[in-house]
Amino acid sequence: MLAYIARRVVQMIPVFIGITVILFLIRSPAIVPGDPVRMIVGERAISQALYDQVVKENALDKPLYYQYGRYLTRLVQGDLGDSYQLKRPVTHILFEKLPNTLKLALVALLIETVIGLAAGILSAVKKYSFWDMLVTLSTAILVSVPVFWLGMGLQVLFGVKFKQWGLPYLPVYDMTSRDFSTVVHFIMPGFTLASASMAYAARITRSQLLEVMGQDYMRTAAAKGLSRRDVIWKHGMKNAMIPVVTFLGMDLGAMVGGTILTEMVFNWPGVGLEIYNAIQLRDWPIVTGGVIVIVFMVMIINLIVDISYAFLDPRIRYTKAVK
Amino acid sequence: MAEAPEQIPGERSARGAGTDSSMGRPPLSIAESVGKGRTLRGDAWRRLRKNRLAVAGLVWVAIMVLLAVSADLWVPRYLGDPVDIDTTQAASQSLQPPSWDHLLGTDRMSRDIASRIIYGARASLLVGAVAVGIMLVIGLVMGAVAAYYGGIWDSIIMRAADIFLAFPYVLFAIVLVGVMGGGSPTNVFLAIGLLGWPGIARIFRGSVLAVRENEYVDAARAMGASTPRILFRHIMPNAIAPLVVYATMSIGVAILAEAALSFLGMGVQPPAPSWGGMLSEARGYLFTAPWLMVYPGIGILTTVLAFVLLGDGLRDALDVRKKE
Repeated sequence: MLAYIARRVVQMIPVFIGITVILFLIRSPAIVPGDPVRMIVGERAISQALYDQVVKENALDKPLYYQYGRYLTRLVQGDLGDSYQLKRPVTHILFEKLPNTLKLALVALLIETVIGLAAGILSAVKKYSFWDMLVTLSTAILVSVPVFWLGMGLQVLFGVKFKQWGLPYLPVYDMTSRDFSTVVHFIMPGFTLASASMAYAARITRSQLLEVMGQDYMRTAAAKGLSRRDVIWKHGMKNAMIPVVTFLGMDLGAMVGGTILTEMVFNWPGVGLEIYNAIQLRDWPIVTGGVIVIVFMVMIINLIVDISYAFLDPRIRYTKAVK
Repeated sequence: MAEAPEQIPGERSARGAGTDSSMGRPPLSIAESVGKGRTLRGDAWRRLRKNRLAVAGLVWVAIMVLLAVSADLWVPRYLGDPVDIDTTQAASQSLQPPSWDHLLGTDRMSRDIASRIIYGARASLLVGAVAVGIMLVIGLVMGAVAAYYGGIWDSIIMRAADIFLAFPYVLFAIVLVGVMGGGSPTNVFLAIGLLGWPGIARIFRGSVLAVRENEYVDAARAMGASTPRILFRHIMPNAIAPLVVYATMSIGVAILAEAALSFLGMGVQPPAPSWGGMLSEARGYLFTAPWLMVYPGIGILTTVLAFVLLGDGLRDALDVRKKE
């Protein structure tokens, strides 16, 4: 088990280094137009001495590989540099926002699991029925809908129209207040973020359950007189759920990485919105730092999923070792 | 799946359903598609035609392409110019709800929404096609090199693919365009294309590895065919089915990404019409002029959906899972 974990961690290292190289390069002067010193100090007039000092402090006069080495060394020590605009460490800014992004992703995962599994089970159990068709069509639509449009539509309908019609409505503002932890604030952003994922979850649940239902042990269970419900729940679901649970775990990572559009539409104070705002301000340390933090979170989540999966299913440990 | 005799929809066909991605549709058996002169392509086409959702997708894509291509011929004349503002009546025609004069209403600059949507389709389809084209060129070359030369090349290319796949797609597209400078169509094409190549490379590499073990490849080599000739003449046609499916789906993904970028103000720049850009403008009138928001969204949704349904149908028709 330890060997498996070690192997997975070692596999992560080159990927992570590759990511830092790409993110380092896209903010280097070769790609980003403009004078890097100007980006740091802004448009105010500065003396030549100060200019030289900024160049020296940021090693801008050194070759690119030296700058990358310096960047990577600091990154490993948890230093993502300072924001150009706010003059504060990027890590402080991002770690204030990260819990909001993680909370949103967890709520979305919950919504995805409940709705996706229910829809998938329904359409598998009632194969080729009206419900199956309905689930099929809605999953296709959910995959194709632009999330920002869905979010706007939900805001208009449940936030504004419902209020006008005197129905219970959902809040569309106050997302930025310090204690927006009320459950209702999470419903619409969570649903928006989960939209495409729940469609995939439903599809996987359906196809897995249908595959399991064709197995011999299912026929045996039915033959020994179990009710259809017991056959599906006790024998079918247990076996069908293994790939579904893996998908859900990996999808948590995908959702942490996919919050940017949802956060923007709902003005949700997470890392995604911070990155978007920083792009507008050309505050590159926050942009690249934000991407690194998110990619790192995604990798850690995937690692945990892999490890727990290998823990539950010994076949994984051994087959991957052979590879 | 294809070799199975007539399948009875219902319980008995559940075994095959694991590989059957066509949710809610009974699988087609080969018996249904037996014709007189049969080719692989003809079989696939017959199977595709029987899939109503896929046909609907194909028809919708065709309509969109037709509208986008022919727009210059009739749209400015009958619906109104998508960009120019008629200053003589700009104020009176601003933000009109849908009517006979303006089927889908007008925007703040009193431009006809229907006209802008049709020109927006042009932008979306162009981005979809060009970005997927870039993706295919990079992906095919990378996949072919990885599979054919193997060894160190294979390791380098596949690790690079892992790195690109580790980035969250939309986030990285936004960051990449943000860094390269938003507003330039080339940057949008490049960003979406650059992010998509690992999928193509992996699929093509897998297909090449599987196909090159066949005797006809040995035979071609024995006859002195060059490596590129073997790759493109003998391996490619036999490895193309999964690529067709993936590329079709990718057009939908690219259209969604372009819409997101334009929505964020980094893609097509106003006043040029694009669906994402129109939605961005609509954000200011969510409550006073909701029709601004409805139709561009429907445009994106239906077009992406058409590519998804078509891709799903192609996967079943070309029987991709079996070959994988």
